[in-house]
Amino acid sequence: MPPDFISNLYVFILAGFVGFEVIRRVSPLLHTPLMSLTNALDAIVVVAAIIIAGRHETRLTTTLGAIAVAASFSNMVGGFLITDRMLRMFKSRGSKKS
Amino acid sequence: MTELALQQYLDFAYIIAVILFILSLKFLSSPVSARWGVLAGEIGAALAVAVTLFNPEVTQYKWILITLIIGAGVGVPLGMVHMTTVPQRTALSHAFGALSAAIIGIAEFYVGTTPTRFQMGEIALEVIIGSLTFTGSLIAAGKLQEILPQRPIVYRGQNIVSLSVLAGALGLATALVVNPANTLLFPIMVTVALLFGIMLVTPIGGADMPTVISLLNSYAGVSAALLGFVLNSKVLVVAGALDGSSGFILSVIMCKAMNRSFTNVMFGAFGQVQAAAAAAQEERTVRSASPEEAAGILAAASRVVVVPGYGMAVAQAQHKVRELYDVLSKKGIDVRFAIHPVAGRMPGHMNVLLAEADIPYDRLIEMDEINGEFAQTDVALIIGANDVTNPAARTDKSSPIYGMPILDVDKARTVMVIKRSMNPGFAGIDNPLYYMDRTLMLFGDAKAVVNGLVHELSANSH
Repeated sequence: MPPDFISNLYVFILAGFVGFEVIRRVSPLLHTPLMSLTNALDAIVVVAAIIIAGRHETRLTTTLGAIAVAASFSNMVGGFLITDRMLRMFKSRGSKKS
Repeated sequence: MTELALQQYLDFAYIIAVILFILSLKFLSSPVSARWGVLAGEIGAALAVAVTLFNPEVTQYKWILITLIIGAGVGVPLGMVHMTTVPQRTALSHAFGALSAAIIGIAEFYVGTTPTRFQMGEIALEVIIGSLTFTGSLIAAGKLQEILPQRPIVYRGQNIVSLSVLAGALGLATALVVNPANTLLFPIMVTVALLFGIMLVTPIGGADMPTVISLLNSYAGVSAALLGFVLNSKVLVVAGALDGSSGFILSVIMCKAMNRSFTNVMFGAFGQVQAAAAAAQEERTVRSASPEEAAGILAAASRVVVVPGYGMAVAQAQHKVRELYDVLSKKGIDVRFAIHPVAGRMPGHMNVLLAEADIPYDRLIEMDEINGEFAQTDVALIIGANDVTNPAARTDKSSPIYGMPILDVDKARTVMVIKRSMNPGFAGIDNPLYYMDRTLMLFGDAKAVVNGLVHELSANSH
């Protein structure tokens, strides 16, 4: 088993626990924006796509990388945008509570 | 030497991005701080993308720039869609996320030298999960957009066929691990995985979409994390783990809210058994009421709880509901909204629609919090919700939804149900609520009926 695998596994497990603890506390009110926000964060695969598209390899890998850049970057832009639009809509009534 | 130093700067920037991602989700714990979460996420993502452009491996910028512009060009309209289309948009973005993860895995397979067996195993698993999530999410989006029928599409022996296809994909993956040089098998494995994604989601009905969307969200996260393993990129591992655990938590919440297990959602093909049970029902009388009568009862109430469901979303009645909320509040009536976790087509669907209509979020109450208060409620007004209000879930052991947590609307003094007709929903489960003495049926389109109520109530006040 490569040593990289072990260190990645550590990171995965710890990040999974952090994610569990943080996301457990997200109000059910915001579950839809939660999903669109995690989608936008997940779109960070764009960094891997950029490397594949920009690395001088075969035409096939460059093409695949280019498609991946477009797909993931549109997720990133669209995900943040719609999350912000949704969250802007959530307004409190303030003091006028019964 | 200098390249090594540069790599360290890049890694450091990725660590900052990861911290910002975690903070981003932490800010989401309250609606007050939530928008800061988006900002933190945006800064983290922008930082990660910007430093990647300085990666020494990146030598050609033409395609990167073109595709970043295309991505932004597609992303902005997808970010500006109408709120009623958010469930299908979300499914589509799961598809995009999974597509890019799968494609990068595929490219990694074709890059340079033959992978070791271990690398081959990682790549195969990553590509299988990414591919099935891609097609599965496309099917889910198609169902939500109603390009495809929302009812479950089932045939005899379906589960066996689907599972054989999955086994086929895993078998091909195993063969590749045994001999990574056998490159011919790779495209076949990808195709079989794509096929399995279609077969996985096609049999699932619209009412189960909240769970399916959450599960696909989780899969998309897992495929990104696995890609991080393949590429040895910790920022992907973390982002994927966060997305994966988020989708997993939401799936568990949705399953609990339906009293069903994952297996039951994925392979249970909801909606077949019940049809027979519903057909056996004898004719019973219901009381229907006109908007005038209903408005009279509402005007005399002091506490009203509105229960929205998918029907409200379909009729796009949320703005009319807001008018009703205004006119009742003006009369000094306490109006709140009871939100069932699986109301609508995705987690939190109703909250977003009501927030869009400017209903303050402190009026939107979760099931557990509001259930104890129905006994003190004068009118429970159900708008386009069905199964989540069905008292058979508490009382009738033979009901397919027995044991599912419901909103106890039947305890309210008067129950009003806005519904198109007595035709049971596609789940085909009969709802005894409709035959109670205290229940008034308001037949018609949700938007039209609520409009009628608003009209009557405003006329009364003059």
